[in-house]
Amino acid sequence: MDSLLNAQTLLSTLDATLRVSTPLILCAMAGLFSERSGIIDISLEGKMLFAAFAAGTLAAVTGSAWIALGSAIIISVLLSLLHGFACITNRGDQVVSGLAINVLASGLTIVLGIAWFSQGGQTPALASESRFMPLELPLIESIAQLPYVGPFMQSVISGHNLLVYVALLAVPVTWWIVYKTRFGLQLRAVGENPLAVDTAGISVSRLRYKAVVIAGILCGIAGTYLAIAQNAAFAREMTAGQGYIALAAMIFGKWRPVPALLACLMFGFLDAVSIRLQGVSLPGIGEVPVQLIQALPYILTVVLLAGFIGKAVAPKAIGVPFAKER
Amino acid sequence: MQHQQAKGEGKGLPLSSTPPPDYLASDTNPPGDQSLAIELRKISKRFGSVQANKDIDLKVERGTIHGIVGENGAGKSTLMSILYGFYQADKGEILINGKPAKIKSSRDAISAGIGMVHQHFMLVDTFSVLENVILGAEQSAMLKASEENAREALQQLSDEYQMSVPLDAPVGDLPVGQQQRTEILKALYRNAEILILDEPTGVLTPQEADQLFRVLQALKDRGVTIILITHKLREIMDVTDNVSVLRLGEIVATQRTADTSTTELAELMVGRKLQTQQFKKVDNPGGENGIAVHNLTVTDDRGLTRVDNVSFEVKRGEIVGIAGVAGNGQSTLLEVLAGIQSPDTGSFTINNHQANANSPITPKEMREIGVQHVPEDRLRLGLVKSFTAAESSVLGYQNRKRFNWRMFLNIRSIRAACKKLMQAFDVRPPDPKLRSSSFSGGNQQKLILARELDKSPSVLLVGQPTRGVDIGAIELIHQKIIEIRDANCAVLLVSVELDEIMTLSDRILVMFEGRIVGTMKGGEADKTTLGLMMANALDDAA
Repeated sequence: MDSLLNAQTLLSTLDATLRVSTPLILCAMAGLFSERSGIIDISLEGKMLFAAFAAGTLAAVTGSAWIALGSAIIISVLLSLLHGFACITNRGDQVVSGLAINVLASGLTIVLGIAWFSQGGQTPALASESRFMPLELPLIESIAQLPYVGPFMQSVISGHNLLVYVALLAVPVTWWIVYKTRFGLQLRAVGENPLAVDTAGISVSRLRYKAVVIAGILCGIAGTYLAIAQNAAFAREMTAGQGYIALAAMIFGKWRPVPALLACLMFGFLDAVSIRLQGVSLPGIGEVPVQLIQALPYILTVVLLAGFIGKAVAPKAIGVPFAKER
Repeated sequence: MQHQQAKGEGKGLPLSSTPPPDYLASDTNPPGDQSLAIELRKISKRFGSVQANKDIDLKVERGTIHGIVGENGAGKSTLMSILYGFYQADKGEILINGKPAKIKSSRDAISAGIGMVHQHFMLVDTFSVLENVILGAEQSAMLKASEENAREALQQLSDEYQMSVPLDAPVGDLPVGQQQRTEILKALYRNAEILILDEPTGVLTPQEADQLFRVLQALKDRGVTIILITHKLREIMDVTDNVSVLRLGEIVATQRTADTSTTELAELMVGRKLQTQQFKKVDNPGGENGIAVHNLTVTDDRGLTRVDNVSFEVKRGEIVGIAGVAGNGQSTLLEVLAGIQSPDTGSFTINNHQANANSPITPKEMREIGVQHVPEDRLRLGLVKSFTAAESSVLGYQNRKRFNWRMFLNIRSIRAACKKLMQAFDVRPPDPKLRSSSFSGGNQQKLILARELDKSPSVLLVGQPTRGVDIGAIELIHQKIIEIRDANCAVLLVSVELDEIMTLSDRILVMFEGRIVGTMKGGEADKTTLGLMMANALDDAA
């Protein structure tokens, strides 16, 4: 028990929290843009998976993490445009379209992976030059000397790869865009009452396309993180439902950036704790089965969403295709 | 607001210098007539087999209030939608201030100086008034500058026209009158010189409507041209300078308002002579109670009290009308009495059957005990759009023996019964095989009324019986409701049309925020008092 509660353990758990939360945060911000514009996006998962595959493949082939990142973003945006074409241009069902993209991503990444690399759906393991590697923050050595704050900064905040900081930065930037800019005002309006936006002389379709493209970019970064930053290769189904967890976190955060960030961190923390608890014997309970611990974040997701979310008021026009002709 | 000064000069032109006959005659205006804010030439629009607008010629003088009247489906909304860029006309020309204009989208309309206040407000409920006004008229990518600018401009506008609106309150929390002002301010902030209002008084109390008309008058004095679309002829007579009548997609007349009368306009709208409806009021119905409501309270899912400790009775052989601005609990009350919702506390007795929260009566049981309900929202609760008229005409009665054969529906007898209903209530076209959605609103309503009244109810609950119904059909529907009263039925009528309440009711109850705030006898009711009651302002005025 001692080993569980000392400061070092706590700090390393928080460190892990940040690492596992990163794709959640990026996807939650992606979902936020899309859903605030009125487009339900359950295809966060599929976009992230396909982006991860693209990143893994391109990093293996070219050896450049940046080319991998760029191509992952392009693939993810293309999937977003497909979603947009189905739901915005052709007014299709948003959930069905999202589901189709998820199924497509799940199947196609495995098929292509086996065909190209013959490693059971994995991409080749990457050398560290073709990955995003941990960075030491400047001056961290001197900051580390400070009491309390120092160790926290050194072991939790510092030492992550670039994409973790991108994710953390994405939250205030999202907040600023959504609440402080013209685009944000129109984005919020189009998710609530697209007819009002249309009569104000703004194109509903164009706005919604912009929103899903931003979602695509963020999912592309999230996928890249999974394949070539957190891990050293793409593995089949490596997103493992994180896109859905991110969506849940975003809803849990009531479609607002900062609460969504906190929800992501909470889910990430549960994940990190569950990893640490594996094989540990708890007093009075004994060793908790690994499966139960692994299921913990998911169980909590269900419980929290069902019980604690309170009055989550979604954007009013969400899921409703905009039809001008009445 | 520079444009308004500029237009002041134009306004100086005395209108009488152009004699009305000349002005009203078509084909005489050369292109570029500066005294016209809007000129429409031969505008036509067809939706499938429906000719919504046909060769519309319309001239609206600058700085006047121009009324457009017509029945539902006469093409008013289509015409205004064309003017505001929602639809494109199939053919025809639009001239704004004498210059041909291509209006392909709302953006074009706005830049041509046209503002529109839609019947259903185009506002984002979660936004503040300020944000709603800015939306689409932002000056830069950052909001801050736009907000400051708009705040100042709106302050000026609301001072100028005495239209105060709390700028930072979420629009969804404001009363409808203020939401409407927000829409007007939105248009003025965009420098609208031509303001179109579509059925602006539908959701207002008479006093709020008066206030609106004062604002319109002030706008007109500053040179703004106003087009007022309404089906309330009295408003046309009160505030407009000129009026055009639309019937079946065509303009049948354009006249100086001063030279016409409500009767003439009504006849032009319908295309035939109308009898004025006057029904005998029942003063002291001697019968027993059809409905008795005791301390009924209903809260909705969000925990808001919709009906607040309401008690009243409806005797057999009388019509009790519930007046009130839409959304003050009347609809909920009606649904509770129909068994669709259940009350939280209190109880009611309907046709000698008692119901409360613990022992509700289902809508099915209601039908069995002779309580018939004509729902307010006919498309949601009254019929199934994709069903045939015959199928819709047995909804709720589909288990009756005569409509069934073994485990099957007896479609032939259903059709025959439907045909009979259609004849009795003049449903057009009288074709039971047609889909319910293919009928006009008025005919859908007649079909539902026919279905319910045919069961000779002893208690009738009616909500908005003539919403969206043509004048011709209104006569018939009113007649049928009076007949059922005279057959000793207790009738509870909920309507937001004050005229309808006053025409039909023997007794009038006024609801405000879920409470009954006033009662009047049908024979003694007057509009001003009722209006004050509807705004719960009777004491203030006294």
